[in-house]
Amino acid sequence: MNFSNILNEIVKVDPEFFEKTDQRRNVLKNIGRKVALTALPFAMGSVFQKAYGKTTDAIIDTLNFALTLEHLEAEFYKKAVADSSGLFPTPAALNAFVTIRDHEIAHVNFLTAGINAASPGAAVPVNPGGYDFTLGGALPTFTDYKTLLTVAQVFEDTGVRAYKGQAGVFVKNDLLTAALNIHSVEARHASHIRQMRAAAAGGSIAVKPWVTMSGATASGAPAAFDASYAGEQITTQANVNIINIGGTSVSANAASEAFDEPLSKDQILAIVGPFLL
Amino acid sequence: MNKKEILTELPPNEVKGFSRRNFLGLTGGLLAAGALLNASCNNDDDSNPMPGVTLTNDDFGILNYAYALEQLEAAFYSRVVETGFYDGATASEKALLTDIRDHEIAHREFFKAALGAKAIGSLGVNFSTIDFKNRTSVLGTAKVFEDLGVSAYNGAGVYIQSTDYLLLAGKIVSVEARHAAYIRDLISNGTFASGDAQIDMNGMDISKKPSVVLAAASAFITTKINSNLP
Repeated sequence: MNFSNILNEIVKVDPEFFEKTDQRRNVLKNIGRKVALTALPFAMGSVFQKAYGKTTDAIIDTLNFALTLEHLEAEFYKKAVADSSGLFPTPAALNAFVTIRDHEIAHVNFLTAGINAASPGAAVPVNPGGYDFTLGGALPTFTDYKTLLTVAQVFEDTGVRAYKGQAGVFVKNDLLTAALNIHSVEARHASHIRQMRAAAAGGSIAVKPWVTMSGATASGAPAAFDASYAGEQITTQANVNIINIGGTSVSANAASEAFDEPLSKDQILAIVGPFLL
Repeated sequence: MNKKEILTELPPNEVKGFSRRNFLGLTGGLLAAGALLNASCNNDDDSNPMPGVTLTNDDFGILNYAYALEQLEAAFYSRVVETGFYDGATASEKALLTDIRDHEIAHREFFKAALGAKAIGSLGVNFSTIDFKNRTSVLGTAKVFEDLGVSAYNGAGVYIQSTDYLLLAGKIVSVEARHAAYIRDLISNGTFASGDAQIDMNGMDISKKPSVVLAAASAFITTKINSNLP
């Protein structure tokens, strides 16, 4: 296959390619004049880089960011289920973890395949790393059921906020729908884990299926996890005050619960960082 | 109360990432597109001859679409609470169903305020098929509405042009998903994200186009909705 044919193939797939790059003739001329034949693969990469710029890079980066979090969750649930002897008080509790584990594994597989398909041969899906779910032994994560649920809740609530924080990257992009369909399943997981925590605590902790105000303690978790709930106390959306809105009696708590808030990539990485080896 | 009144009353930097200027700019743009404005029909007003409401094929149509669904959900949960809950409801169920009612009212009123003059009118609802004293009937309907709401927001996201609106939809849809999981667990514990066709083999929610969602919701809405959305 010669270079001219490659460019023709690109035009068939993406008719606007040359509008993005410059004129076709200039592309060919510049490559012919300046680039040695052996450097062509790199030159091709540069042309694509110029055409698609940060958009493609940003999307691939974001998919890998999501994949990083899905690996974390998948490995967590895999280990919890594998270490389940005596850990879960009921078959239903174990079954819920199996259900969630399978979803997280499916998300890992989906995102891995998506990154490979979106950028064949160029972008590399991240692999699972090493994990320390006990934070150096400080947490009895896999020996104490309530601790297990606390960590699960923090991961799920944080995961929901992570996807939400990346919404802007996917505006009007076909991958948005897939991201949203994962995002809402993470929220379903969070809701269920919170119900499991409420049941396990027998009413002794304040935790509902939804996030009330900020601060981990408001969600029945230790203050060490505050960062996962920072900013959730917001009761004003798009300059509209939600408390008692429109003459209703919507409380401040309900106003905060009714909208889940995003977190930035940096905030998320700071939260999950201690769990990564 | 309209949008501009609200904006005037609140400090300009109340919300990060959603500037007052941007929102006013968008609102102004819509006013300019006045010819496309929806006709609204308040079902409680018999003197209003306009035949239903119209959803335009743009961001405001999407926001009004969300407003319509939130109206339906808010009306349903308001009835659940007003009728004294279904027989056998526990204290916990009563408290959390009241929470959900308040969330849906918050969503409804938010869209109404944010849309201002562009908001469609109040929709008429028909819950005659629901037995509000029967747990199975109430929770079964709640499950339909919550799952439908999740599918609706997820399916509408790709049509939203504005990053700000997309983020707002994202803030709401995860709360709907939390509701959906809770309601499903009340019906059968452990079915928060499994047990039927709502979740696919990739562990992902099934999204639905506005046309599919509106067809499903129409059984409970008496006001005609003329949708130009996909």
